[in-house]
Amino acid sequence: MSNAATFDTRTDTAIPVESPLAYSYRHSGAPRGSGYRLKLRERAMLGHLILRGGAIVLDEAVREVLGISLPGKPQALVHDASGERSIQWLSPDEWLVIVPGGEEFPLETKLREYLGDAHYAISDVSGGQTLLEVSGEAALELLMKTVIYDVHPSNFPVGKGVTTVFAKATTILRRPSEERWELVVRRSFADYCYRWLLDAGSEYGVNVEQ
Amino acid sequence: MFYIYCPYCGEHREEEEFHPKGQAHIERPKNPEECSDEEWGDYLFFRDNPRGVHHEMWVHAVGCRKFFNITRHTVSYEILETYKMGEQPSITAANQTQSREAAAVSHQEGVRA
Repeated sequence: MSNAATFDTRTDTAIPVESPLAYSYRHSGAPRGSGYRLKLRERAMLGHLILRGGAIVLDEAVREVLGISLPGKPQALVHDASGERSIQWLSPDEWLVIVPGGEEFPLETKLREYLGDAHYAISDVSGGQTLLEVSGEAALELLMKTVIYDVHPSNFPVGKGVTTVFAKATTILRRPSEERWELVVRRSFADYCYRWLLDAGSEYGVNVEQ
Repeated sequence: MFYIYCPYCGEHREEEEFHPKGQAHIERPKNPEECSDEEWGDYLFFRDNPRGVHHEMWVHAVGCRKFFNITRHTVSYEILETYKMGEQPSITAANQTQSREAAAVSHQEGVRA
Protein backbone atom coordinates (compact mmCIF):
# COMPACT_ATOMS: atom_id res chain seq x y z
CA MET A 1 0.00 0.00 0.00
CA SER A 2 1.15 3.52 -0.75
CA ASN A 3 2.01 5.94 2.00
CA ALA A 4 -0.71 8.45 1.03
CA ALA A 5 -2.50 9.87 4.05
CA THR A 6 -6.20 9.04 3.94
CA PHE A 7 -9.09 9.69 6.26
CA ASP A 8 -12.80 9.09 6.28
CA THR A 9 -14.44 12.39 5.40
CA ARG A 10 -17.74 11.34 6.90
CA THR A 11 -18.34 12.87 10.30
CA ASP A 12 -19.73 11.08 13.34
CA THR A 13 -23.45 10.57 13.28
CA ALA A 14 -23.73 12.94 16.26
CA ILE A 15 -22.92 15.85 13.96
CA PRO A 16 -25.87 16.70 11.72
CA VAL A 17 -25.12 16.83 8.01
CA GLU A 18 -27.18 18.68 5.43
CA SER A 19 -27.51 18.19 1.74
CA PRO A 20 -26.12 20.98 -0.48
CA LEU A 21 -29.71 21.85 -1.31
CA ALA A 22 -30.97 22.16 2.29
CA TYR A 23 -30.66 25.94 2.04
CA SER A 24 -32.45 25.99 -1.32
CA TYR A 25 -35.39 23.96 -0.02
CA ARG A 26 -35.84 26.48 2.79
CA HIS A 27 -35.52 29.57 0.60
CA SER A 28 -36.89 28.52 -2.78
CA GLY A 29 -39.21 25.78 -1.62
CA ALA A 30 -39.80 22.39 -3.15
CA PRO A 31 -42.93 22.47 -5.31
CA ARG A 32 -45.10 19.41 -5.21
CA GLY A 33 -48.29 18.67 -6.97
CA SER A 34 -50.07 16.77 -9.66
CA GLY A 35 -50.07 17.46 -13.37
CA TYR A 36 -46.33 18.00 -13.53
CA ARG A 37 -44.20 17.04 -16.50
CA LEU A 38 -40.84 17.40 -14.81
CA LYS A 39 -39.51 15.60 -11.77
CA LEU A 40 -36.45 16.62 -9.77
CA ARG A 41 -34.76 14.60 -7.11
CA GLU A 42 -31.50 15.21 -5.33
CA ARG A 43 -29.39 12.17 -4.55
CA ALA A 44 -27.39 13.76 -1.77
CA MET A 45 -24.50 12.33 0.25
CA LEU A 46 -23.34 9.82 -2.33
CA GLY A 47 -19.69 8.84 -2.44
CA HIS A 48 -17.81 10.47 -5.32
CA LEU A 49 -14.24 9.44 -6.12
CA ILE A 50 -11.99 10.73 -8.87
CA LEU A 51 -9.56 8.12 -10.19
CA ARG A 52 -6.55 9.22 -12.17
CA GLY A 53 -3.91 7.09 -13.77
CA GLY A 54 -3.30 4.64 -16.57
CA ALA A 55 -6.40 2.90 -17.91
CA ILE A 56 -4.94 -0.62 -17.79
CA VAL A 57 -3.74 -0.43 -14.19
CA LEU A 58 -6.97 1.15 -12.94
CA ASP A 59 -9.13 -1.23 -14.96
CA GLU A 60 -7.62 -4.26 -13.21
CA ALA A 61 -8.13 -2.65 -9.82
CA VAL A 62 -11.78 -1.61 -10.25
CA ARG A 63 -12.66 -4.97 -11.81
CA GLU A 64 -11.26 -6.69 -8.75
CA VAL A 65 -12.61 -4.32 -6.10
CA LEU A 66 -15.84 -3.02 -7.62
CA GLY A 67 -16.71 -5.69 -10.18
CA ILE A 68 -17.16 -3.15 -13.00
CA SER A 69 -14.72 -2.68 -15.83
CA LEU A 70 -13.37 0.78 -16.46
CA PRO A 71 -15.00 2.49 -19.46
CA GLY A 72 -12.20 3.03 -21.93
CA LYS A 73 -14.17 4.86 -24.58
CA PRO A 74 -14.67 8.62 -24.34
CA GLN A 75 -17.98 9.76 -22.83
CA ALA A 76 -18.83 6.26 -21.62
CA LEU A 77 -20.75 5.56 -18.43
CA VAL A 78 -21.13 2.10 -16.93
CA HIS A 79 -23.19 0.84 -14.00
CA ASP A 80 -23.04 -2.32 -11.94
CA ALA A 81 -25.96 -4.77 -11.95
CA SER A 82 -27.81 -2.93 -9.18
CA GLY A 83 -27.41 0.42 -10.93
CA GLU A 84 -26.19 2.05 -7.73
CA ARG A 85 -22.48 2.16 -8.53
CA SER A 86 -21.15 3.78 -11.65
CA ILE A 87 -17.92 4.71 -13.35
CA GLN A 88 -17.75 7.47 -15.91
CA TRP A 89 -15.02 8.46 -18.33
CA LEU A 90 -14.05 12.11 -17.77
CA SER A 91 -10.81 12.40 -19.69
CA PRO A 92 -8.22 9.95 -21.09
CA ASP A 93 -6.70 9.49 -17.63
CA GLU A 94 -9.57 10.44 -15.33
CA TRP A 95 -12.73 8.66 -14.17
CA LEU A 96 -15.56 9.52 -11.80
CA VAL A 97 -16.80 6.74 -9.54
CA ILE A 98 -20.11 7.24 -7.74
CA VAL A 99 -21.12 4.78 -5.02
CA PRO A 100 -23.78 4.81 -2.29
CA GLY A 101 -22.90 7.09 0.61
CA GLY A 102 -20.56 5.55 3.15
CA GLU A 103 -18.98 3.13 0.68
CA GLU A 104 -16.41 5.57 -0.67
CA PHE A 105 -13.83 5.31 2.10
CA PRO A 106 -13.75 1.50 2.23
CA LEU A 107 -13.57 1.51 -1.57
CA GLU A 108 -10.72 4.00 -1.60
CA THR A 109 -8.84 1.95 0.97
CA LYS A 110 -9.33 -1.28 -0.99
CA LEU A 111 -8.25 0.35 -4.25
CA ARG A 112 -5.13 1.74 -2.59
CA GLU A 113 -4.31 -1.70 -1.21
CA TYR A 114 -4.76 -3.28 -4.62
CA LEU A 115 -2.87 -0.62 -6.57
CA GLY A 116 0.13 -0.58 -4.23
CA ASP A 117 2.96 1.49 -5.63
CA ALA A 118 1.43 1.98 -9.07
CA HIS A 119 1.29 5.51 -10.46
CA TYR A 120 -2.24 6.76 -9.74
CA ALA A 121 -4.29 9.23 -7.71
CA ILE A 122 -7.60 8.84 -5.91
CA SER A 123 -9.42 11.87 -4.57
CA ASP A 124 -12.58 11.83 -2.53
CA VAL A 125 -14.74 14.64 -3.89
CA SER A 126 -17.98 13.61 -2.17
CA GLY A 127 -18.19 16.86 -0.25
CA GLY A 128 -17.63 18.96 -3.33
CA GLN A 129 -20.44 17.87 -5.57
CA THR A 130 -23.98 16.56 -5.56
CA LEU A 131 -26.17 14.65 -7.95
CA LEU A 132 -29.50 15.90 -9.27
CA GLU A 133 -31.89 13.60 -11.10
CA VAL A 134 -34.12 15.06 -13.79
CA SER A 135 -36.90 12.93 -15.21
CA GLY A 136 -40.36 13.24 -16.66
CA GLU A 137 -41.59 13.79 -20.19
CA ALA A 138 -40.35 17.39 -20.33
CA ALA A 139 -36.82 16.53 -19.17
CA LEU A 140 -35.41 16.50 -22.69
CA GLU A 141 -37.05 19.82 -23.55
CA LEU A 142 -35.67 21.41 -20.41
CA LEU A 143 -32.16 20.17 -21.19
CA MET A 144 -32.43 21.36 -24.78
CA LYS A 145 -32.87 24.95 -23.66
CA THR A 146 -30.28 24.79 -20.91
CA VAL A 147 -27.32 22.70 -22.08
CA ILE A 148 -25.10 23.66 -25.02
CA TYR A 149 -24.50 19.98 -25.82
CA ASP A 150 -26.71 18.14 -28.29
CA VAL A 151 -28.96 15.98 -26.12
CA HIS A 152 -31.00 14.45 -28.94
CA PRO A 153 -31.30 10.69 -28.33
CA SER A 154 -29.37 9.98 -31.56
CA ASN A 155 -26.38 11.85 -30.14
CA PHE A 156 -26.94 11.09 -26.47
CA PRO A 157 -27.83 7.42 -26.00
CA VAL A 158 -28.22 5.71 -22.63
CA GLY A 159 -24.80 5.04 -21.11
CA LYS A 160 -23.25 8.33 -22.12
CA GLY A 161 -22.00 11.12 -19.89
CA VAL A 162 -20.34 14.40 -20.81
CA THR A 163 -18.83 17.32 -18.97
CA THR A 164 -20.42 20.40 -20.42
CA VAL A 165 -22.00 23.76 -19.71
CA PHE A 166 -25.37 23.77 -17.97
CA ALA A 167 -26.78 27.28 -17.68
CA LYS A 168 -23.25 28.76 -17.70
CA ALA A 169 -22.12 26.40 -14.92
CA THR A 170 -19.81 23.45 -15.49
CA THR A 171 -21.67 20.21 -14.87
CA ILE A 172 -21.47 16.56 -15.72
CA LEU A 173 -24.54 15.43 -17.61
CA ARG A 174 -25.24 11.68 -17.64
CA ARG A 175 -27.94 9.45 -18.98
CA PRO A 176 -28.15 6.26 -16.91
CA SER A 177 -31.50 5.17 -18.33
CA GLU A 178 -34.00 5.97 -21.05
CA GLU A 179 -36.14 8.38 -19.05
CA ARG A 180 -33.71 9.59 -16.37
CA TRP A 181 -30.95 12.19 -16.65
CA GLU A 182 -28.39 12.99 -13.99
CA LEU A 183 -26.57 16.23 -13.34
CA VAL A 184 -23.44 16.19 -11.21
CA VAL A 185 -23.05 19.77 -10.02
CA ARG A 186 -20.58 21.53 -7.80
CA ARG A 187 -21.81 21.99 -4.26
CA SER A 188 -21.26 25.73 -4.54
CA PHE A 189 -23.37 25.82 -7.72
CA ALA A 190 -26.09 23.50 -6.41
CA ASP A 191 -28.42 26.29 -5.24
CA TYR A 192 -27.99 28.19 -8.52
CA CYS A 193 -28.67 25.08 -10.62
CA TYR A 194 -31.65 24.12 -8.48
CA ARG A 195 -33.23 27.55 -8.85
CA TRP A 196 -32.50 27.50 -12.57
CA LEU A 197 -34.24 24.14 -12.85
CA LEU A 198 -37.27 25.42 -10.93
CA ASP A 199 -37.46 28.53 -13.12
CA ALA A 200 -36.85 26.75 -16.42
CA GLY A 201 -39.21 23.94 -15.46
CA SER A 202 -42.07 26.16 -14.24
CA GLU A 203 -43.66 26.13 -17.70
CA TYR A 204 -43.95 22.33 -17.55
CA GLY A 205 -44.86 22.02 -13.89
CA VAL A 206 -42.20 20.72 -11.52
CA ASN A 207 -42.39 18.18 -8.78
CA VAL A 208 -39.52 18.02 -6.35
CA GLU A 209 -39.06 14.77 -4.49
CA GLN A 210 -37.25 15.05 -1.19
CA MET B 1 -18.88 30.33 -33.35
CA PHE B 2 -16.47 27.45 -33.83
CA TYR B 3 -17.49 23.84 -33.65
CA ILE B 4 -14.25 22.24 -32.54
CA TYR B 5 -13.24 18.59 -32.75
CA CYS B 6 -11.52 17.55 -29.51
CA PRO B 7 -9.02 14.78 -30.34
CA TYR B 8 -9.29 13.40 -26.80
CA CYS B 9 -13.11 13.39 -26.53
CA GLY B 10 -13.39 12.20 -30.12
CA GLU B 11 -16.24 14.50 -31.05
CA HIS B 12 -17.15 18.04 -32.00
CA ARG B 13 -18.00 20.44 -29.20
CA GLU B 14 -19.15 24.05 -28.93
CA GLU B 15 -16.49 26.75 -28.77
CA GLU B 16 -17.85 27.79 -25.35
CA GLU B 17 -16.15 24.73 -23.85
CA PHE B 18 -12.69 25.73 -25.11
CA HIS B 19 -10.06 28.37 -24.44
CA PRO B 20 -7.34 29.47 -26.85
CA LYS B 21 -3.87 29.34 -25.34
CA GLY B 22 -1.71 30.99 -27.99
CA GLN B 23 0.84 29.76 -30.46
CA ALA B 24 1.68 26.04 -30.46
CA HIS B 25 5.02 24.27 -30.71
CA ILE B 26 7.02 26.77 -28.67
CA GLU B 27 9.97 24.97 -27.17
CA ARG B 28 11.65 26.20 -24.03
CA PRO B 29 15.40 26.60 -24.60
CA LYS B 30 17.28 23.65 -23.08
CA ASN B 31 19.85 25.86 -21.38
CA PRO B 32 18.31 29.22 -20.51
CA GLU B 33 21.60 30.43 -18.99
CA GLU B 34 23.36 30.05 -22.30
CA CYS B 35 20.75 32.03 -24.24
CA SER B 36 21.46 35.53 -25.43
CA ASP B 37 19.00 38.19 -24.27
CA GLU B 38 17.58 38.26 -27.77
CA GLU B 39 16.97 34.48 -27.90
CA TRP B 40 15.36 34.48 -24.46
CA GLY B 41 13.24 37.51 -25.31
CA ASP B 42 12.10 35.81 -28.51
CA TYR B 43 11.11 32.69 -26.60
CA LEU B 44 9.32 34.61 -23.89
CA PHE B 45 7.54 37.46 -25.66
CA PHE B 46 7.52 37.24 -29.44
CA ARG B 47 4.87 35.25 -31.29
CA ASP B 48 4.11 34.66 -34.95
CA ASN B 49 1.22 36.51 -36.52
CA PRO B 50 0.91 34.89 -39.93
CA ARG B 51 -1.64 35.61 -42.61
CA GLY B 52 -2.78 32.11 -43.43
CA VAL B 53 -2.10 28.79 -41.72
CA HIS B 54 -1.39 29.10 -38.01
CA HIS B 55 -0.84 26.42 -35.35
CA GLU B 56 -2.46 27.21 -32.03
CA MET B 57 -2.76 25.55 -28.66
CA TRP B 58 -6.25 25.24 -27.18
CA VAL B 59 -7.60 23.67 -24.02
CA HIS B 60 -10.91 21.82 -23.67
CA ALA B 61 -11.51 23.73 -20.45
CA VAL B 62 -15.00 22.47 -19.63
CA GLY B 63 -14.72 18.99 -21.12
CA CYS B 64 -11.71 16.74 -20.65
CA ARG B 65 -9.39 19.63 -19.64
CA LYS B 66 -6.69 18.46 -22.03
CA PHE B 67 -4.51 20.71 -24.15
CA PHE B 68 -4.33 20.05 -27.88
CA ASN B 69 -3.37 21.83 -31.10
CA ILE B 70 -5.46 23.40 -33.81
CA THR B 71 -4.29 24.35 -37.29
CA ARG B 72 -6.37 27.37 -38.24
CA HIS B 73 -6.43 29.66 -41.24
CA THR B 74 -6.26 33.22 -39.90
CA VAL B 75 -7.97 34.74 -42.92
CA SER B 76 -10.93 32.41 -43.35
CA TYR B 77 -10.98 31.30 -39.67
CA GLU B 78 -11.36 27.77 -40.99
CA ILE B 79 -10.09 25.03 -38.69
CA LEU B 80 -8.03 22.78 -40.93
CA GLU B 81 -7.23 20.07 -38.38
CA THR B 82 -6.88 19.36 -34.67
CA TYR B 83 -4.26 17.05 -33.23
CA LYS B 84 -3.04 15.88 -29.83
CA MET B 85 -0.13 17.33 -27.88
CA GLY B 86 3.21 15.95 -28.98
CA GLU B 87 2.00 15.26 -32.51
CA GLN B 88 3.08 17.15 -35.59
CA PRO B 89 0.60 18.92 -37.90
CA SER B 90 -0.10 17.32 -41.27
CA ILE B 91 -1.16 20.66 -42.73
CA THR B 92 1.46 23.41 -42.63
CA ALA B 93 1.90 26.75 -44.40
CA ALA B 94 4.52 25.10 -46.64
CA ASN B 95 2.47 22.12 -47.85
CA GLN B 96 -0.63 24.31 -48.05
CA THR B 97 0.99 26.56 -50.75
CA GLN B 98 2.30 23.45 -52.51
CA SER B 99 -1.15 21.93 -52.74
CA ARG B 100 -2.56 25.25 -53.97
CA GLU B 101 0.10 25.37 -56.71
CA ALA B 102 -0.65 21.77 -57.60
CA ALA B 103 -4.35 22.60 -57.79
CA ALA B 104 -3.56 25.58 -60.02
CA VAL B 105 -1.43 23.38 -62.32
CA SER B 106 -4.10 20.68 -62.59
CA HIS B 107 -6.64 23.40 -63.34
CA GLN B 108 -4.46 24.71 -66.18
CA GLU B 109 -3.99 21.20 -67.51
CA GLY B 110 -7.74 20.77 -67.43
CA VAL B 111 -8.11 23.90 -69.54
CA ARG B 112 -5.52 22.65 -72.02
CA ALA B 113 -7.25 19.32 -72.45
